[in-house]
Amino acid sequence: MGKTRIGGNKRHIVNFLSMTGLTLIFIAYMFPFLMVIINSLKQKRDIIKSPFSWLFTIKGLSFDNFVKAFTQMDFLNAIKNSLFVTGSATILVTVFAAMLAYYIVRHRNAMSKVTFVLMVASMIIPFQAIMIPLVSIYGGTLNILNHRPTLIFMHVGFSMSMSVFMFHGYIKGNVPIALEEAACIDGCTHVQTFFKIVFPLLKPIISTMVILNALAFWNDFLLPSLVLTDKKLLTLPLSTYSFYGTYSADYGTIMAGLLLCVLPILILYVVLQKQIIGGVVAGAVK
Amino acid sequence: MKSKDRMKDFGIFALPGMFCFFTVVMIPFIYGIYLTFTDWNGVSQVKNFIGIKNFVGVIRDTQFWVSLLLTFQYVILVVILVNIIAFAIGFLLTRGIKGQNFFRTGFFTPNLIGGIVLGYIWQFVFSRVLVGIGENTGWGLFESSWLSEPDKAFAALVLVSVWQLSGYMILIYVAGFMGLSEDVMEAASIDGASGWVKLKNIILPLMMSSITICLFLTLSRAFMVYDMNLSLTAGGPYGSTEMAAMHVYEKAFTSRQFGIGQAEALILFLVVACISGLQVYLTKKQEVEA
Repeated sequence: MGKTRIGGNKRHIVNFLSMTGLTLIFIAYMFPFLMVIINSLKQKRDIIKSPFSWLFTIKGLSFDNFVKAFTQMDFLNAIKNSLFVTGSATILVTVFAAMLAYYIVRHRNAMSKVTFVLMVASMIIPFQAIMIPLVSIYGGTLNILNHRPTLIFMHVGFSMSMSVFMFHGYIKGNVPIALEEAACIDGCTHVQTFFKIVFPLLKPIISTMVILNALAFWNDFLLPSLVLTDKKLLTLPLSTYSFYGTYSADYGTIMAGLLLCVLPILILYVVLQKQIIGGVVAGAVK
Repeated sequence: MKSKDRMKDFGIFALPGMFCFFTVVMIPFIYGIYLTFTDWNGVSQVKNFIGIKNFVGVIRDTQFWVSLLLTFQYVILVVILVNIIAFAIGFLLTRGIKGQNFFRTGFFTPNLIGGIVLGYIWQFVFSRVLVGIGENTGWGLFESSWLSEPDKAFAALVLVSVWQLSGYMILIYVAGFMGLSEDVMEAASIDGASGWVKLKNIILPLMMSSITICLFLTLSRAFMVYDMNLSLTAGGPYGSTEMAAMHVYEKAFTSRQFGIGQAEALILFLVVACISGLQVYLTKKQEVEA
């Protein structure tokens, strides 16, 4: 009995120390976000005078910065563009990748093998090694830059190999062929079998891939910056970039703008944190 | 009939995905290799075949080699720091302390936000908040903005990257630690293994698969850093923090030397591919089964 008490005490001390350490590190991690929130409500002279002072010590707090940032960034338009691009690209890549992966698993011919090997190999190619010829082909020869569908199409193309790879692994391990044979005997066409029997079985991997792809599309900067230049079409990261370029000295407005940018995704994170964390871990560990 | 069916299946199931992949990834990649042998300037219709002149241009482009060297320094620092910090925090977060899910969720937050926005947030922290602290406390370290001096700007870039990436790697290390079997650890304690011996002989070998993943992810991300580089330092002051990926972009789209830019992009790709391949090979060899 006594022994467990001693062990218990030691454990308590260790736990207390690691808890304190972690809390300190955590506060340091969150410090930049805290600064953004505090300063988004201040006026410029207060920010320059004392950027880190707490809100209650400062007079003249207001939401003016938010109003200004909201209109100057054309926030509604940017978020509409981002939603449209992210949403369409995520849906398309999920459906196309699931179908292609299913085809590759069930038709073991030379072509599907070659395609799969090429896809896996291509995952190591960084975007920078493709962007110049990409602009050359789609901007020069085809001249279809500056359209949102072009960006959606490219997002789908770039995320295809990773998505097919993940679906491939899942289908191989978790979708029994007997179910499909039964559906086939019952007179389902291949397309019906896929959408009614196979697709619902893929739910766990679909949610992982939707989270991973949607996050990547939503935050992507380099590809959209090469494709979209028309002010009306800018996605959120692009409009943040151009907004910052114009207002970089107007700190309060900038902080409000940055906060507006991260708010939608933070809200989503609070609601879906389990799924997001699970998806990211599953995506990395595979 | 049978082969017609097969064609139909192929057309419906395989074609859309394959079309996107080949037209967006494979064709531009191969076309990009061809571009390195031409003098295309981004505007003109004519491309002349100029042999290996672009590669000679790459060798002469000292700025590229400087940025590549800087990228190496950056990658080494980031990879080591991120993995040590994330490993330690991941370990602490699996000791059954209160609120570990909250910590885990919080640490990951920077990874939900794009590099552009993160860079701007930190730019404000470095140029205003820390300077403010320096002025009020007389702390010399923060008296002038870190972003205005080459060495400190580089340190700032490393710091912010470590801050962001470690939150991601914590998740993977936590998943790894949770998979460690308690039996093995208990057996080691009964056999009288000290903390250090346990870490070296049991935890590290069993965690090797997590380490492989984390090293691979941090390596490939750090090598290709661009967004944060652009928004935090924009390569400055005086081009002293321009990483390789940013240099490639500038070469192609600002200096309009597309052939040389593409050749440099391919060299960067080969460097990253070799190093990550070697890393995966070496760490995979160390993996053991419990």
